[in-house]
Amino acid sequence: MFAAKSTRFLLLVLGFAIYFTVNEPQTAYAMHIMEGFLPLGWAIFWWAMFIPFFILGLRALIKITKETPELKIMLGLAGAFTFVLSALKIPSVTGSSSHPTGTGLGAVMFGPLPMSVLGSIVLLFQALLLAHGGLTTLGANAFSMAVAGPIIGYTVYKWMMRASGRQKLSIFAAAALANLSTYVVTSVQLSLAFPAESGGFLASLAKFGGIFAVTQVPLAISEGLLTILIWNWLQSYNSDELSILQRKMKGA
Amino acid sequence: MKNRTTNVFILIAVVLLAVLPLLLVNGDFGGADGAAEEMITEIQPSYEPWFSPLVEPPAETESMLFALQAAIGAGFIGFAFGWFKGKASKSKSQ
Repeated sequence: MFAAKSTRFLLLVLGFAIYFTVNEPQTAYAMHIMEGFLPLGWAIFWWAMFIPFFILGLRALIKITKETPELKIMLGLAGAFTFVLSALKIPSVTGSSSHPTGTGLGAVMFGPLPMSVLGSIVLLFQALLLAHGGLTTLGANAFSMAVAGPIIGYTVYKWMMRASGRQKLSIFAAAALANLSTYVVTSVQLSLAFPAESGGFLASLAKFGGIFAVTQVPLAISEGLLTILIWNWLQSYNSDELSILQRKMKGA
Repeated sequence: MKNRTTNVFILIAVVLLAVLPLLLVNGDFGGADGAAEEMITEIQPSYEPWFSPLVEPPAETESMLFALQAAIGAGFIGFAFGWFKGKASKSKSQ
């Protein structure tokens, strides 16, 4: 068992080493759409798409803290996890850097809605203090990172739990796909706003999406692994909070 | 496999995923948002950003703020795990 796992691990490392050397370096861009880089109409559209989820998210947060106040610390943990992960700009195979989102953990623990609030707090911090992302583009960025990513992650988790029943594998997939889908949504947003002159939306999508599909794959794997790491730590203390959470996760 | 062994493997894998590109790929690992602007101007040369960031911190301050962001998050995670651990050992001793 152990030997088989190590062999698989070594093969994986070898595979990545080849993948890295074969890949042509090219520039890609980080997840957030820069301030002012969405036309006014699209900026308003994405704000309008985001706000209902934010309100639902607030209501979900209030409900959780009222029904199970013991879980407040877990909510804080989910928020803190996105805070840390989205500050880590990690070098990737395309020769540029990007960062994980950390929204998968919270989505798996509490469902997708609370993440719309926790994720947008992170984005607001970065937009206001770091000139990373922006206020006009906050609606679009929050929609991709704090709404779409968690929804996909949560759906993947539920679906995989039903299909395989293997919780850790499901959490890994949920976190990795929450990360990937965030970037897919960002490229859709950019392509909608900037369709190419020849080929329109789809040509732009291939351009924006093609690049970061590759940049983001190793980061999505890292994010999945880090989420499992946190989950393992949580399990090793097997606290009351975790068992309340587990019951909630199975019941919901 | 024991949790601890798995965790060590996970940490090694994450570090490798970040370090291998640095060693093997010949790029400048720029903070990439700049390249988004280039891509947009390539597709639509006439586009002018109509709003600029309210505060644009100098590079050093920016890295400080990123470190601060990570520190706040990691601090809270450390606090939470300390709290879980304390509770677990307390209930064990009773």
